[in-house]
Amino acid sequence: MAKKILQKTKNPMPLQDPVERARNFEEVALGYPVDLAVLEAQRCIQCKNEPCIAGCPVEIDIPEFIRQVAERDFEGAFRTLMDRNVLPAVCGRVCPQEEQCEARCTLGVKFEPVAIGRLERFVADYANLVKFTDDTPPQPPTGHRVAVVGSGPAGLTVAADLAKLGHQVTIFEALHKAGGVLVYGIPEFRLPKSIVEREIDGLRRLGVEIRTNHVIGQTFTVDELFTELGFEAVFIGTGAGLPSFPRIPGINLIGVYSANEYLTRSNLMKAYLFPATDTPAIRGRRVAVIGGGNTAMDAVRTSLRLGAEHAYLIYRRTRKEMPARAEEIEHAEEEGVEIIMLAAPTAILADERARVRAVRCIRMELGEPDASGRRSPVPQAGSEFDLDVDIVVFAIGQGANPLIRNTTPDLPVNKWGNIIADEGTGATQKAGVFAGGDIVTGGATVISAMGAGRRAARAIDAYLRAPSSDGFSPTDV
Amino acid sequence: MPRILSKEILAPDVVRFWIESPHIARKRKPGQFVILRTAEGGERIPLTIADVDRARGAVSVIVQGVGKSTRQLNAMDAGDEVLDVAGPLGRPTDLHPGRRVCCVGGGIGAAVVYPIACGFKALHGRVVAIIGGRTKDLVILERELREVADRVVVTTDDGSHGTKGLVTDALQALLAEGEVFDEVVAVGPLPMMRAVVEVTRPLGLRTTVSLNPIMLDGTGMCGGCRVSVGGEQKYVCVDGPEFDGHQVDFEELSARLGAYREDEAASLLLYERERLAAGEPA
Repeated sequence: MAKKILQKTKNPMPLQDPVERARNFEEVALGYPVDLAVLEAQRCIQCKNEPCIAGCPVEIDIPEFIRQVAERDFEGAFRTLMDRNVLPAVCGRVCPQEEQCEARCTLGVKFEPVAIGRLERFVADYANLVKFTDDTPPQPPTGHRVAVVGSGPAGLTVAADLAKLGHQVTIFEALHKAGGVLVYGIPEFRLPKSIVEREIDGLRRLGVEIRTNHVIGQTFTVDELFTELGFEAVFIGTGAGLPSFPRIPGINLIGVYSANEYLTRSNLMKAYLFPATDTPAIRGRRVAVIGGGNTAMDAVRTSLRLGAEHAYLIYRRTRKEMPARAEEIEHAEEEGVEIIMLAAPTAILADERARVRAVRCIRMELGEPDASGRRSPVPQAGSEFDLDVDIVVFAIGQGANPLIRNTTPDLPVNKWGNIIADEGTGATQKAGVFAGGDIVTGGATVISAMGAGRRAARAIDAYLRAPSSDGFSPTDV
Repeated sequence: MPRILSKEILAPDVVRFWIESPHIARKRKPGQFVILRTAEGGERIPLTIADVDRARGAVSVIVQGVGKSTRQLNAMDAGDEVLDVAGPLGRPTDLHPGRRVCCVGGGIGAAVVYPIACGFKALHGRVVAIIGGRTKDLVILERELREVADRVVVTTDDGSHGTKGLVTDALQALLAEGEVFDEVVAVGPLPMMRAVVEVTRPLGLRTTVSLNPIMLDGTGMCGGCRVSVGGEQKYVCVDGPEFDGHQVDFEELSARLGAYREDEAASLLLYERERLAAGEPA
């Protein structure tokens, strides 16, 4: 048999035309058709040491599912994914594979790595299309009850893992819809909400109960989850908290948003359909988004879809230092986002109605590396300039939400208010309470929160099965 | 879904609902609020919890129909179900035993000061209530407040009921006749709260106001409800809703409340047209 010639580059995934997509909320990336997926899967050389698996926070058996795709066993591939990852359609879309599995791909040493993320997405979408379901029977009921606080990536992962092990799991979600950042934060054009709903339905089929409109710390405290509702363990995955604003004049003007608010208005409340829906968002004609992460990219691309004629991204360092995925930055630029590098806002200027009229910025130069290892921006005296805009969106991170901290005095937090939890187990210093995701680490990624959920689920399972809770410290797990 | 147990019209466009919400009724303390949605696509509406009935597992909210969302809610009836009720949200009122408190409620603000008055009274305080409205029909909760407060003063702008004048006139009159207060609680339209705060500021009389900014999630996630209090950034949903009125930047808050005025008007107009077309009362 003739030796197959190795294809050196990834098969590109079809995308919506940039000019067209910048004005609609339909998904940007269209996914591989079947034959292209098989072709891409065949690029995998099935190397012996499988470095990609170690690059995956939830340890998917990547070579196995890719082999199954290459052999057109899509159902088998789906089961391989589901065995380790309850949200494959989500992860295939929003994981930074270029820093994780694909960064370790053996093929990637000389050529482009296998497009693992695109293949994961293909398998999940195909499974939905032909209605494969993961019918692995859960373990027999253990009778143990676990409360999960927050229905974002960390909470969903913990819940699924524990439900599969036979534990009875209830998720408490503060908002009216389950999914956390997957529904309020990440836009429809990057992660359609129908996909999130479908994956959450899968959890319900596993027997997970989801109670929306329950704000833990308010409706029930963490202690009441134990004492009044009878849960034996609690996982806290409440995610992002109070948004940060810089201390500059004008941040409370009309038209200044946190990225959380701007995105929540658009994604959760569907402001882009206003007045068919009831929650509006200011339709800025000239929008400035401050920041360089994925949230900033989501916000600036949302502004185009809400009708902005100019969408500026203002970042204090250079493109090279931007924390956002390269692909998101490229997509933003293709859609017409104007990136202003090496600049930071010093004031927001108002018109006579207290609405934003302009953002005053100062030019930066890069100086010595800071604690994060990135070169720190140094303001250049006298370099201020005004940019006329009617909306300013800050995507510069967030603090920790105070609701649980304020009502759970014996749950230690660090100086930023994030819950202190063991990295390997999620165990906190309060017996029976585990935590993971952004409430522990500060702003991070969907998959890192899922990884924390996976590890916490193992520890919670061990905690529940421990012969006696007497003298048992969950930090010993 | 939470069921509306009863509905009562208190004044033109002002409705009191009792809504089934046992978890919230169980937990709620004076000063706290809920967020409610009536229908898919609807706004998250923040509403102060006016009262609770633990036996029935219900909370009451008093709603003034000003925009589409509140009018849509007020068009609902006993037996209907709302889509979502989340709460209790916000920090409870800072209650202290044995306080001499003047609770000032302008218009719908009476619905917010009523539970606070009950809270102070339960701790053996002396409570004087001042409630007012433009005209007799717009004064609400007078009977309820008379049951709980030691003294109730009613004002109307047109003199159709109680004393003619503003609630601030009544407050000044009480202070002039020698009533002594440890604290004033003022809730109502922003101009009214500002006026009360200016009456008490020169006296150094502690004055608490309950703020109702534009709010989205109500759980400390979006920052839309931020206000400046004593030069500090505060989030009404998790730091409030009650603040030291002498420290609040009312001008900024007033501007921010107008952020969506045109959108709100357009939405209301559309809603009224739809109701008219459907043959329902607008």
